[in-house]
Formats: sequence, C-alpha cells, structure tokens
Amino acid sequence: MKFAILVFPGSGCDVDMYHAINEVLGAEAEYVWHDEAELAGFDAVMVPGGASYGNYLRPGALAKGSPALEQLKAFAASGKPVLGVGNGFQILTEANVLPGAFLLNKGLKFRSGKVKLTVQNTESIFTESYEKDQQILIPFAHQYGNYYVDEETLEELKENNRIAFTYTNGSVDGSTGHIAGVLNEQGNVLGIMPLPERAVEEIIGGTDGLPLFKSILKRWSENNVSHA
Amino acid sequence: MSAMHEPNEQQIKEEKLYRQMGMTDEEFGRVEDILGRLPNYTETGLFSALWSEHCSYKSSKPILRNFPTEGERVLQGPGEGAGIVDIGDNQAAVFKMESHNSPSAIEPFIGAATGAGGVLRDVFSMGARPVALVNSLRFGDLTDARDRFLFEEAVAGIASYGNGIGIPTIAGEVQFDNCYSKRPLVNAMAVGLLNHEDIQKGVAAGVGNTVIYAGATTGRDGIHGATMSSAEVTVEEEAELPVMQGGDPFLEKLVMDACLELAKSDALIGMQDMGAAGLSSASAEMASSAGYGIEMNMNLVPQRESGMTAYEMMLSESQERMLIVVKKGREQEVIDLFAKYGVEAVAIGKVTDDKMLRLVHHGEVVAEVPADALAEDAPVYHKKSEEPSYFKEFQSMEMTEPVVADLKGTLVDLLKRPTIASKEWAYSQFDSHARRNTVVAPGSSAGVIRVDGTNKGLAMTSDCNSRYVYLDPETGGKIAVAEAARNLVCSGAEPIAVTDCLNFGSPDKPEVFWQFERSAAGISDACRTLNAPVISGNVSLSNEVNGVPVYPTPTIGMVGLVHDLSHVTTTSFKNAGDLIYVIGEATQDFGGSELQQMLEGDISGQAPAIDLDVEATRQQALLAAIQNDLVESATDLSEGGFAVALCEKAFDAEGLGADVTIAGSAVTALFSETQSRFLVTVKEENAKAFEAAVQDAVKIGNVTETNRVVIRGEQDTVLIDETVEELRSAWKGAIECLLNSEA
Amino acid sequence: MTKVNVYVTLRESVVDPQGTAAKEALLNLGYNEVQNVRIGKLIELELDGAVTDIETRVKEMCEKLLINEVIEDYRYEIGEAAGK
Repeated sequence: MKFAILVFPGSGCDVDMYHAINEVLGAEAEYVWHDEAELAGFDAVMVPGGASYGNYLRPGALAKGSPALEQLKAFAASGKPVLGVGNGFQILTEANVLPGAFLLNKGLKFRSGKVKLTVQNTESIFTESYEKDQQILIPFAHQYGNYYVDEETLEELKENNRIAFTYTNGSVDGSTGHIAGVLNEQGNVLGIMPLPERAVEEIIGGTDGLPLFKSILKRWSENNVSHA
Repeated sequence: MSAMHEPNEQQIKEEKLYRQMGMTDEEFGRVEDILGRLPNYTETGLFSALWSEHCSYKSSKPILRNFPTEGERVLQGPGEGAGIVDIGDNQAAVFKMESHNSPSAIEPFIGAATGAGGVLRDVFSMGARPVALVNSLRFGDLTDARDRFLFEEAVAGIASYGNGIGIPTIAGEVQFDNCYSKRPLVNAMAVGLLNHEDIQKGVAAGVGNTVIYAGATTGRDGIHGATMSSAEVTVEEEAELPVMQGGDPFLEKLVMDACLELAKSDALIGMQDMGAAGLSSASAEMASSAGYGIEMNMNLVPQRESGMTAYEMMLSESQERMLIVVKKGREQEVIDLFAKYGVEAVAIGKVTDDKMLRLVHHGEVVAEVPADALAEDAPVYHKKSEEPSYFKEFQSMEMTEPVVADLKGTLVDLLKRPTIASKEWAYSQFDSHARRNTVVAPGSSAGVIRVDGTNKGLAMTSDCNSRYVYLDPETGGKIAVAEAARNLVCSGAEPIAVTDCLNFGSPDKPEVFWQFERSAAGISDACRTLNAPVISGNVSLSNEVNGVPVYPTPTIGMVGLVHDLSHVTTTSFKNAGDLIYVIGEATQDFGGSELQQMLEGDISGQAPAIDLDVEATRQQALLAAIQNDLVESATDLSEGGFAVALCEKAFDAEGLGADVTIAGSAVTALFSETQSRFLVTVKEENAKAFEAAVQDAVKIGNVTETNRVVIRGEQDTVLIDETVEELRSAWKGAIECLLNSEA
Repeated sequence: MTKVNVYVTLRESVVDPQGTAAKEALLNLGYNEVQNVRIGKLIELELDGAVTDIETRVKEMCEKLLINEVIEDYRYEIGEAAGK
C-alpha cells in the first residue's frame, strides 16, 4: 500500500507522519511536494500537521491557492482514504472536503500536551481497529483547535455517525459537540485535531494512535485480496 | 536619510557623531590609525557595530579566555555560529545559547520570538538540523502588571516561533525575582544534529567565489541593534526605541530547509546567519576568518524600503537572512535551490584576495576597510574589578536556621512560589513533541530527545540560581554548572558540553565586573571538574534598569548523552513499595534560599557551599547506578530543598505518595538548600546493589499507595502529612493565579 | 490603482474568544459601558486600475479565499472610501 504525504510549505509534521507509516506501521509512504503533486498512483493521502503557509490569513486557508488542492478533492471523491491531522484537518475544512471551520482556542493560547479521546465510530476505514467507546490518549498541539459547526450540521453529523472521536472530558478549546475527529459523508475522509501519528511508539507518545493507521492498512489489504 | 545627507568625515570627527553610535573617542582614534584617514559615515557605522560589546566581546574576552574549551568530544569550540561535540557513530551535537534581553524588555513577544529565530540560524548555519529548543527566562515576581505582561508575551513569542517552525521546546527554566522587574532575561538555546562530514563554517574563501544573500529582504528595522543591546535601558527611554520587525517562522523554516539542502552540496564554501550587526558582521567575519576579502554591490541587496543607504543596509538587523559563499559558476544552481523553497537568493558580491571589505553603491566605493580590523582588531578592555562591600558583609554573617512555626503551611507556601511552582502554564504553550523524537518533555529534570534512527538520546537543560551568584559569584558559578549536570545525570545522561549566556549589569561598574570575573572562575572550575567544556556562548552586559544591575546571571546550558534510551529516568515515582533514598546530608544552607527570600523578602549571607569533588563523585556514582538499571526515578534537590523535591516526585505519579523519616533539625532537613543532593527511588530487589554503587545514599522510606506525603522527624514525630492532591493544587495553579491577579 | 478594504468579522452566531477576553479586560479597566466586543481584521487590497467589474472580482476573492463563510462575515469599501 502506498501512502502520499502531501507537503505544503510549512507543513512541519510531515516527518512525524513519514516515520509513523514507514518505520512503525511498516507500509510505504512518500513525500509529495504540493507543487508537483501527482496523487493518482497512491492508495491513500495523508495531509500532515504543522503550520502550512505560516498559518497566515487563517490556518489551512492559503493551501487553497495550491494546485494540489484540486487533485486532493478528486482523490477524496474517488473514495480512497484521506486523513488530515492538525493543520491537515484545517486544510480539509477550508477546502470544504470536511464540514466546519476552526476558531482560536477558547483560552486564546497555543496549547499542547496529551488528551483523552473517546472513539465514537468504529466502523470507518480509520477506526475499525478500535473498540466502541474506547478511551485513547493522544498528543495534541494547536492554537486554532476550536472546531465549529452550526447546530444543523452537528445534528447531521450525529445522525450519520460521522463523529469519529470526541474529547472524553469535554473540549477545553471550545469545540462544538466536543468533536475531535470527523468523517465526510462517504466515510473515506477523516480529519482529526489531535495527532495520532505522534502516538505510535511506547517510548515517545504511547501507542494509542497506531490502530488508526493499522485500520487503514487492514481495510486496504482486505480489498486488495478480494480484488486479486 | 539619504547618503547625500550623511555627515561627512570632518563632521563625524569634529561633532563627535561616532559617540551616538556607541563609539568612544579612543576607539575612533584607533579607526583613524587603522585606515590612515578619517572614516566616512558608513565606515564609522561598520566599526561601531562590529566593535560593540555584543559583536566583539571587548570587555569580556580576557575572562572568556579562561573557560576550558577543549575535550575529546569537542569538534568546534567557541568562535563559530555554534559549538559542536562528537556523540559517536559519526554524528555530532551542535548547540548555542543566546540572549535577547534588550528587545524583550521593549517588545517581549517579538524580542523572544526573534531570539529563538536567531539561535536556530546559528545552528543550521553550521549545517545541523535543529532538533530542540531550550529557554531560560527571568522576570520580576509577577506582582507588577508590566512584569506579568512581559512574562506572558515572551512565552507567547517563544511559542509562536518554535511552534511555527516546528521545532520542539523540550526544556527550560523560569526564575522570578524583582531584580528582573522591567528588565527580563530571555535566553534561548538551540540544539541540532549533523553528520561529521556535513559541518559547515562561516568562511568566505577562494578568490572570485560568489557571495549570495538569501532570505528576507532588508529593511530599516533594528539598525544598530548590536549597539543597543550593549546599552542599558532606562524605563523612560522605552518609548523612543526603534521599531522592531516581527519574526517570520514560516520564512525561517523555508530558509532552514534550503540551507540544509545546500549544506550537502559541494557548491557551498561557507554560510553565516546575519545576526547582530546584520550584513556587516556576517561579511566581515566570513572574510576575516578565511583570510580573504569581500566586495559587495549594495544595489543588489534585496530591499523592502526605498532609498536605503549602504549604511542602513549594512547595519539593518532584519530577521531570517543568511550570507552564503558558493563556488564561482555554481550561482544559478544555488539560486534555483532556494527558489524551490520560495526563498529569494541573489548574488551580491565576490570574494577577493585583498582582505578588504569593499562596498559599492550606485557605482561608487562607499566603504573600504580591512575585514580583519572589523572582525578581530576591536580594542580589548581590562575593566576595573572591585569586590563589592556587600560581599564581605555577607561572608561574615553567622548563618542560622530560620524560625518556622508551621511546617506544612510553609511547604505549601513554598510550592506556590512562582520559581518553584509548576511551569505548565508556560510549557503547555510549546509544542514539545514536534518531529516525533521527544522522550522526556518539559516538567522533569531535563528534556530528552531521541537521536533519530538510533537508540541514543540527547538530554538538555538550562540552569542558574542567580541568588547564589549574587551572594557569592564564584560559588554561584560553580553551582550553576553543577546543577545543570545534576539535572542531566538524573535523566540518565552523561554531561558532555556547555553553552552559556552570561547576563550581567554594566561592565563599567567595578563591582559588576568583579561578579562577572568571579562567577566565570567558578564556572571554569566546575566545567573542568565535571568534564564539560564550554563550546559556545554569549555575553549580555548592561542589564540594568535605572542604573540598578540585575543579579549576575550566568546561565548554563548543558547537553548530555544518553548512551541507551533505556537509561532515561524521570522525576516521578514509579511503583508503590519502591525504596526512597536521599544522597547527601542537609546542613544549614539558607543564604539565597527560597525560604529566606520568602520569609525576609530579600537574600543575605553565604550561598550554599559546594565541593566539586564530592559533586563529581556523587554524579558519577548515580549515573552508573542509573545506567545499570538500579534506579526507578531521580531528581536533584534545588530551590526549596528536600520537602519540595519529595512532593514533585509525587505530583505526576498517579495515586502514589511517600512515607519517609528524616534526621536532624526539621527546618534544615526540610528546606535547606545544601548542594550536591539527590532523591532517588529504587526497587527493593535492587537495594543492595544500589547501596553498594552509591555510598552516600541513605534509605529514608517508601513510595506508598496512600496518595499522601508523610514526612516524619526524630522520635517518630509527624512533621508533614498532607494529601498529594492538596499539595499539587498549590503547586500547579500558582502561576496562573498570579497572572490573573489584579494588583 | 484601486484600493479596496475588506473588513472581516466573526458571524453573529459564532463565539469570538478574543472579543470576549477583550470585553472582560475593558470591564476590568472600568469601562462599564462596554456591552460587547467583536474582533475582526482588515484586509487592504491594491488592484490594477484597469480591471472593470471590480465588485464581482472582490466578492469572488473573498468567497474563494479571504474569508471563511462558515465562521466569518465581511463587507468591503472600494476606491475613495478605502483610500482614506
């Protein structure tokens, strides 16, 4: 299985994602520089965290000026998995691939640490290796982690089981519905604000993020066997 | 000001205009002698900037010479952008600490942010990829609104830069004391890694090779910043100080990534950050250290403002700029490399063989001075040094044990002191886990980062208890080094080298110079004994407000090597039932202690004594025990003494507490700040081996499941018995509580 | 050259954490008349004067990039008014 890590100027957490997939998961990931993006040959696209374009204007917004965005949208529409973490999630909302938008943290300041999440949906490509209501500890680091959707959208997300992860003890940063991770309508795109790729090794941040990547790999392997 | 309106040579001399640039009459005379003529306005500016204390170390050189700078591991000592030490397997650690005190006193967010940016450039200009940031901060005690503002903004500034560029801040320290009121110290340290063959230096060698300017455009911001940072700030002056340009971590990341790619190319001859004194120092120093000259066409310098003079361009301190020398004929390839990252790079000059720094503007030579004279020939001052009267008085004071009626109440009050309280409010704003190698994040003795692709680690810390340094500079200097080494040892690392940031008042005050001299002597002694040479550093003088100097604050940044990540040890208790040992006995050491400051509102007397041989022996024994897997947790005893350290071991250990019995007078045993002491926990099955390995260790009790901290004294009296929750809440919320106060 | 000022604010229905904090601070300073604070941003555009249908183009720029309609509202001023 081939993962593309879509790199924009300033996407600093591309290395975290690369390491998680290549060295821990044991799959194959390649950096794809946004200017030269050719996503067609890949099986999944990861939009990493960091501060693309310096987070100027609004976090994630300026990536809309990149030629990679149309490709990314087409890739998402094809049904193959797309994962956006942190700033990558912000890019996906700005590009309207996922619903909602991000506001400044309720406490105004950048915050980092580890946070407990509850797995709400265990049927998606990304979450089937978790148990329903499982609590996991995942690192986070953001200043615009206050996820906003209006009431109507929130109801729709709930009804369609599109909320993948919530903050177990409520969202300190103010996110609507305590949402930490959300799926698109087809279920093949996940945005998550905390950073599961930083929780794949015991000695670094624990291993609670690993099942997410294993889920993607597992689903792909099953599909590939059945196609064979 | 356009060049046409610049004062001419005669005016500069007759009206003594050089004085406005911080140059003395003697220095101006020296320039005249070197040139054999009067310097013009631009040349006067070049000399004043490069001969400022900040660039030339003219007052501190005679003292810095005494630091031990050599050792088996040292690949590059002081003098380059950053120092380099070998860490085995063909890899090396590159690091440097720098001050950004003056800018941070004026505009703390920008000052602190650009401080981090500058020291990162020092590291990647050596060809090393920065892997971690450490900071060392000093502020007033947060009772004043301005000090709260300075602290909040400086922390936010550091966060914005480190987080923006994606380099984790993994360690640091903050001390609060009113001697820093309105004159904060903001010291930033960056640590990088490289392979030996990728080491780059700031050299401009090879006649005809091309000088390239890369990065941000040049504006009028920060002109004469180097001179400014060598001058004291009076509170009244704040309003008149120059406009500062904010940092741009996004651009810096692009510049960094491009420079690191360039470092692998054989087209590169040398590169240097345009830091203090901007293009002047970068060009003069690169030419001088290679023994060549540089000629630059100032019209080619990328400018963000119109009508800039050569003087302004040379002295601007715009951020995120690098000066690079590449082989002739390879320019386009280098320019294309930068373009790939969206960074502007322009050929602006060439290397010459006449050892001159020559500037051409609008077709005319506007400055022509020997590069060596700028970079090397600054006068060296042997400043007057005089023991201050307070020192004798303090030394002769009889040290007594303070009277403490309520032991538990005093412990709680100590835990609330901002210097002791949890710094989570600050470090939770730093992305401490970026780049997925952080093994120990802020909050333990030292930060530890994995060396990519290996099972080794680098531990790092910054330390300086300036109260001790003030009371007794030599002893305080020794303690600063010893404490840094203790923090590394407690984390499972072997201390390998030191960077420093020497923050003092005005060197023209003989008492201040004496503090500088004596503390440097203490640092040298300790570095020799603990086998940690000084490989880089920075001097920041004239840290004064309205003529009153801050406490002498020679901050020590130290890096240690974790030979195997399984050695990594943290502060917190690990398992119920583990045995608790204290290493070293308490004596009555309250001079400069947190307890003394809290009870008396000031400090006096003798600093705690330190015996470096005892220190070294204990550190070696403890490190060996840790490396032999005999130790579960370790921490040194510092501010607040034993009781505070014991509590800190329980704060992060869910559900665990302690039950210990201590000997001697309760106040001394609980709160004295006697040096060279540690608290460690050991599994029962390892007790024998541990006791044999660490001979000074005394067993005092157990880690319990009770979630209480119980400290018993002689005859089984209970001195302190309190829930961990109660103690933790005092410690954890104190800083936020102070910041939200209305006073 | 034509100057355009685009004023961006958070939508009424969206909580503005910065505005709330600023309001608290103003009340603390004794400005008890302060009922609400909303913090937004000003974007100054300088456009090639030759462009006609400026208004359509500016609206497009806002909707495609400069503002996020999920959380933000905007208004703009063109030419004279913006130049002041």
